[in-house]
Amino acid sequence: MDQPEQHSILKTINLDIGYSTKTEKTIIAEAIDIEVNQGELVAVIGVNGVGKSTFLRTLSGVQDALKGKVLVKNEQIQQIDSLELASLVSLVLTEQPISKNLSVFELVALGRQPYTNWIGRLSKNDLRQIKKSLQNVGIEDLQNKKCYELSDGQLQKVLIARAIAQNTPLVILDEPTTHLDLYHKAYVLKLLKKLTRKTNKAIVFASHEINLAIQLCDKIILMQNKKVTTGSPKELLESGAFSTVFPEGLIIFDKASASFKINP
Amino acid sequence: MLQSQKYVVPLLLLFLGVIVLGFLNISLGSVNIPFKDVFASIFNLEVSKETWRYIIVEYRLPKAITAIITGSGLAISGLLMQTLFRNPLAGPYVLGLSSGASLGVAIVIMGASVFGGAFAGILLSKWSLVVASSLGSLLVLLAVMLASIRLRDTMAILIIGLMFASLTAAVVSVLSYFSPAAQLQQYIFWSFGSLGDLSWNEVGILAMFWLVGLVLAISCIKNLDTLLLGEQYAKSLGVSIPRNRLIIIIATSLLAGSITAFAGPIAFVGLAVPHLIRQVIPVNNHRILVPAVILGGSALMLICDIAAQLPGQEYTLPINAITSLIGAPVVIWLLVRKRKFLF
Repeated sequence: MDQPEQHSILKTINLDIGYSTKTEKTIIAEAIDIEVNQGELVAVIGVNGVGKSTFLRTLSGVQDALKGKVLVKNEQIQQIDSLELASLVSLVLTEQPISKNLSVFELVALGRQPYTNWIGRLSKNDLRQIKKSLQNVGIEDLQNKKCYELSDGQLQKVLIARAIAQNTPLVILDEPTTHLDLYHKAYVLKLLKKLTRKTNKAIVFASHEINLAIQLCDKIILMQNKKVTTGSPKELLESGAFSTVFPEGLIIFDKASASFKINP
Repeated sequence: MLQSQKYVVPLLLLFLGVIVLGFLNISLGSVNIPFKDVFASIFNLEVSKETWRYIIVEYRLPKAITAIITGSGLAISGLLMQTLFRNPLAGPYVLGLSSGASLGVAIVIMGASVFGGAFAGILLSKWSLVVASSLGSLLVLLAVMLASIRLRDTMAILIIGLMFASLTAAVVSVLSYFSPAAQLQQYIFWSFGSLGDLSWNEVGILAMFWLVGLVLAISCIKNLDTLLLGEQYAKSLGVSIPRNRLIIIIATSLLAGSITAFAGPIAFVGLAVPHLIRQVIPVNNHRILVPAVILGGSALMLICDIAAQLPGQEYTLPINAITSLIGAPVVIWLLVRKRKFLF
C-alpha cells in the first residue's frame, strides 16, 4: 500500500508535545517523527490519557508544540495564516456542536465558511460542494433534519460531511467512533477508508478500535510511554509493537488472528 | 436549496408589523388624536390643532423611535450573548449587564451627593449617566468574559452573572441607605425604565450608539454562525476568536450600556426576543436571525409601550414592569411547551 511517490501532506520533525506553563513543562510525548501522505488512512492508537487528543491538537495547529516542527504540505503550521490553514486542515472533534438546533444542511454548509464572502453567502460552487459531501457520506436524506433529531451515528456522519465540505487535503478526527455500536464503528471507519480512496484526502483519526484499525488503516501511529511508533499494520505486527500497548496481564495480543483477546 | 429566499416573506411581514405597530404606538396616548392628524403631523401637513402636532412630534415620535431602538438593541445584544456564551439563557439582563449599568448610574446619582459640591453638577448631567452606565455594563461584561475564559462551563457563567447582579444590588442598597430622598427617588425613577423622557437630541445620541453597535454586530454575522459550532470548530474554520469576542463584547456593551443609560434597565427583551424569533422562523443562520431579531425586538418593545399606556390614563406604567409582565409568561410558556430551549 506504500506509495513513496505520493505527496506528503503532514509531517512532524522531532516533535515534542505537551503543556507548558510559565514555570514548568509537561511533556506528553517526545521525538515524534511521522509522515502522512495523500490518500492515506492513519489511526492514532493508545490507551486513555496517553495524549492522543493533545497530539491531534498539535497536528491541527490548535495547540503549540513544545519543540520540533509540524509541517502541513511542507509548510510550518505556525507560519500558515489561519484562513489558509482552514483550507488545508479540517477537524471532527469529540465535543459535539453546541447548537443542536442547526439543521444538517446548515451544519454541513458551515464547512464552506473559509470560502464564502463577508456575510457568508453560499455560491453555486459552495452548494455543489455541500451536495457532494452529503452524497459522499450518504446522508442526503437527512439534510433537512435538525441535529437534535439524529442518532449518535448519524451525527458523526454529519460532522464528517462538514469536514469533507471544507475541502481540505487533510482531515483530522478525534475519536470518531466513541458512543457508537460495533456496526456503526465499522461503518464510520469504512466510510473514512472509502473517502481516502475517493477524494485522495489524508485522514488521521484517534481511536480505541485497534482491531478495526489493523484491518483498515494504511498506517498506525502507536502512542505509549511518551513514545510514538509508526508504521503500516503489517510492519507493526511483525515488530511486535502491539503487545505492549496495554498493561500486561488482562489483555494480550494474539498474533495469529492479529487482534486483542482477553487473557483467559 | 436557496436558503435566504425562503425567509423573505416572514421578514417582510415582521417589517410591516413594526410599521403598523409604530403608527399604532404614535396614535395612542393620554390625549386622543385622530389618525388623520397623526399622519398629518408626521408628514408635516396641515394639522387641526397645533398642540396635537407638538404632542406627536415632540413627545410620541421620539418615544416610538426610542422604543424601536431599545427593543432592537436589547434583542440584538441578547442574540449576541446567546451565541457567544453558547447559552440559551444569556441576555444583557441575566448576565448582569443591566446590573452593572445600574451600579454605574447609582454611583453617579447617589454618589454625587456624597462627593457633593461643584462635582455633583458635572456628575448629574445626562452624559455622565450614559458614560457611567456604559462603563458599568462593560465592566461586568469583561468580568463575565474573563470568567468564561477560565471556566468552560456555561452554567458557571450564568451563576457569575447572577452573583454580579446581587453584588451590585447590594452596593446599590448601601448607597441608597446613605443618600438623600431626592437622589434616591431619581435613581428609582431611572430604574423603572422610561422611553418617553428623551429629547430629540438624546434620541440622536442614542441612535448613534445603536447604529455603531448594530454595524459591529452585522460585521461579524458570518463568524457568529461559526460560533454555533463551538470555539474549537470556529478556530479550525479560520475564525479569530479573540477578535470576534472583542467585537461582540464592544457591540453588546455599547448597545446594552447606552440603552440602559437612556431608558433605564429593561428586562427580558434581550433574552426573550431571540427565542421568540427562533420559534417563528426556524433558522440559525445569523444572516436571517439578525434582521429578524432587530424587527422582532422593535415590535415587542412597541407593543410593551402601547400596553404601558393602554389604560388610556394620564399615567404611563413603568416600562420595565411591562416587559417583565409580558416577557416572563412568554418565556415560561415557551419552555413548558417545548420542554427545552432549542438553541
